[in-house]
Amino acid sequence: MGRSADNPLKDAFASLGNVAVLFLDTMRSIFAKRFRFRDLIEQLHFIGVKSQSVVLLTGAFTGMVMCAQFYIQFHKVKMDSAVMSVVTVAMARELGAVLTSLMIAGRVGAAMAAQLGTMKVTEQIDALRTLATSPVDYLVAPRLLAMLISLPLLTAEAIAISMVSGMLVAVYLLGLDPVFLWSNMVFYTGSVDIWMGLIKAFIFAGIIATIACHKGMHCGQGAEGVGKATTEAVVAASISILVSNFFVTLVLNNLLIYQE
Amino acid sequence: MIEVSKLHKSFGQQQVLRGVSLTIDEGESVVIIGGSGCGKSVLLRHIIGLVQPDEGDVKIDGQSIADLSERELIKVRRKFGMLFQSAALFDSLTVEENVGFLLDREQTMSPSEIRGTVADALELVDLGGTQAKKPAELSGGMKKRVGLARAIVYKPQIILYDEPTTGLDPVVADSIDQLVIRMRDQLKCTSIVVTHDTRSMRRVGNRVMMLHHGEIHANGTPDDIFNSTDPVVHKFVNGIADPKDLEF
Repeated sequence: MGRSADNPLKDAFASLGNVAVLFLDTMRSIFAKRFRFRDLIEQLHFIGVKSQSVVLLTGAFTGMVMCAQFYIQFHKVKMDSAVMSVVTVAMARELGAVLTSLMIAGRVGAAMAAQLGTMKVTEQIDALRTLATSPVDYLVAPRLLAMLISLPLLTAEAIAISMVSGMLVAVYLLGLDPVFLWSNMVFYTGSVDIWMGLIKAFIFAGIIATIACHKGMHCGQGAEGVGKATTEAVVAASISILVSNFFVTLVLNNLLIYQE
Repeated sequence: MIEVSKLHKSFGQQQVLRGVSLTIDEGESVVIIGGSGCGKSVLLRHIIGLVQPDEGDVKIDGQSIADLSERELIKVRRKFGMLFQSAALFDSLTVEENVGFLLDREQTMSPSEIRGTVADALELVDLGGTQAKKPAELSGGMKKRVGLARAIVYKPQIILYDEPTTGLDPVVADSIDQLVIRMRDQLKCTSIVVTHDTRSMRRVGNRVMMLHHGEIHANGTPDDIFNSTDPVVHKFVNGIADPKDLEF
């Protein structure tokens, strides 16, 4: 303990390395199909279906508030009909993936860390290992794969609902012309914007599931250990999403936007 | 055959095992005793590869497991069954799913065969008819018996028991002891029981080892241990506290 407290940087790099090793081991398990299909379906239900209300509310109200805010600025320069194109591009490229991922990190990442942490402190993970079963195959692989499938779909859903809700605010609350809004929105939003959001969501999915499972499987003793692991999972996943978003944006801008 | 040689393990500054060496032959029933926190469970976890030693080696049927990867250890662990102190049942699964867990994972039996084998294992531990219950609906003694059924259902060569009677009332503890003896005699497997219950030790062990200060302090038949004149062994088996520990 004392040694790790003396070297927080070394500790952070060691932790990062362990997360990377877990991710690679889990990907090998996924490609080798060592997980059970039934567990994957359960996780898809937990992540995809049970996150609907959170994702829909996040997407809808973000689209609505952005529309209301952008209108004020755009109205000053007589560009009211460009409001929805900005909302859509912002949601597709950035906010859809980031906000959905942050919400899922809070809801699902915390649950994963708490569940695996509880299994660790009650010796259930050791029991798995004594039953000749790898915890990576049985616990981590279905969670990571379900997250990789679900999060891009949830992000697409959040982007779509934000467009609809933003449009409703623009038309019925702000009194803007729906035809101009729609034509501008379609003109300025390309498939590349949507792809950017979906690729980001895929990357964030890997970050959330791997960090949450790692924190859960390596949590300390007792209820305190589980609580700490849960908090750390959400904080580490959220920060990793925000930091990696910048670098992923730079890379994707180079690959997708500047190449056009 | 299990061979442990010069095993050392520390957790931070705390040195738990200091060069433990022992050999357990096939079919033996060995009880490892020692005071709380002396490293009995840590030794047991080394034998099944749940913990990696700092120094020393563990060989199972001549194969060294100290440096094996987690995936390589899976094959070795197939030889073992383990009953945990807390039973460690999977709380999201039913009793039937818990007991049939490995059989279901291996997919070498049909679902109806698995159900039949699980029912037989549950009958063996006197818990027939509890298949649909969840672990939360079971008492402490029932959980241990389900844990035992899960450990024996695939007929392992070696069964490890980590404090099987701790926290149970004397009657339930007696029933667990009887089950351990039944497994030993019916399955003819190697048994290693970690306990600090001296009554249990006398009943289930052919050989007893006492762990003290991270080393094997005594090794012999249950009678040898009970009649030992060694002060450490004598105090432990007769439950005599050190006067220094009584100073408040």
